[in-house]
Amino acid sequence: MASRKGSHQTRGNGDKYSVLLPTYNERENLPLIVWLLVKYFGESGYNYEIIVIDDGSPDGTLEVAEQLQKIYGEDKILLRPRARKLGLGTAYIHGIKHATGNYVFIMDADLSHHPKFIPEFIEKQREGGYDLVSGTRYRGDGGVYGWDLRRKLISRGANYVTQVLLRPGASDLTGSFRLYKKEVLESLVERCVSKGYVFQMEMIVRARQGNYTIGEVPISFVDRVYGESKLGGNEIVSFLKGLLTLFATT
Amino acid sequence: MTKLLEWVFGVSVIGAAWALVTFDLLNLRLPEAYKEVAWPMPVYLLVVFGCYSLATVGYRVATFNDCEEASKELQDQIKEAKEDLRIKGLKM
Repeated sequence: MASRKGSHQTRGNGDKYSVLLPTYNERENLPLIVWLLVKYFGESGYNYEIIVIDDGSPDGTLEVAEQLQKIYGEDKILLRPRARKLGLGTAYIHGIKHATGNYVFIMDADLSHHPKFIPEFIEKQREGGYDLVSGTRYRGDGGVYGWDLRRKLISRGANYVTQVLLRPGASDLTGSFRLYKKEVLESLVERCVSKGYVFQMEMIVRARQGNYTIGEVPISFVDRVYGESKLGGNEIVSFLKGLLTLFATT
Repeated sequence: MTKLLEWVFGVSVIGAAWALVTFDLLNLRLPEAYKEVAWPMPVYLLVVFGCYSLATVGYRVATFNDCEEASKELQDQIKEAKEDLRIKGLKM
């Protein structure tokens, strides 16, 4: 692994990785995440493209995305904007439609997910030929920055209840930093009906149902948003409702 | 079978076995000791599960990694990125 970091040769085996970035009011973060993606993909030599799916952000995110396109090229930065804020599932569907990669990364655009893990995801996928690789905050040296005791308790507690009820075979179900084979993502997104946190859980559950193989990579999650948007009672209630629905229907 | 149905099935099977032994439903004339042990089992198992759950979640919260370095690294890279993008012509 150490010898690979210095090599800049292109991995010419035909694989291409499309990164889907749904954005809403990420004017500040979008350039940074794109810069990091370009850095780590560039260093690793893998072929890639970044697809920005902006849901009509009022803060001018799309305009910044257009500037980035000029800087990095239209073959590397693709724009697939939408008129208004629609769901995550439809954002993925919309984004995949014009993706030219055979693998798809999904991740958050707010810098909570760090592109430095991308080579690890790719290597893990190749190692086991996995249909999907899920970033986990709960295993190995995965973890979180910026959470107080209350938030950690809610997170671990919710995850424990989910493990007991659904026995999903993956340690982090609400995580959204993942690598999918393109056809697997297409197939799963069509079947999922939930929203929010539960959507990501449903994707994993449906993957198990479809006998898709799942690999895991420990990731660090840097939460810079938590201070502004506390996890409130409403979100917890809707999470539980979604969990019980999955429990009863899958 | 959905997870709910799996649970219902599992609980039914265990429940039937428990009732069979505790209330001697088939007139098996099992030794009194069996009944005495079986009778409190449901409550006992629930308590054990409850303790196990608390211990597990407690342990996991206590050992939840705090990624200090990740945050610092990110801060440094943000500075680097902003400067590099400025040079490349990005107007924020």
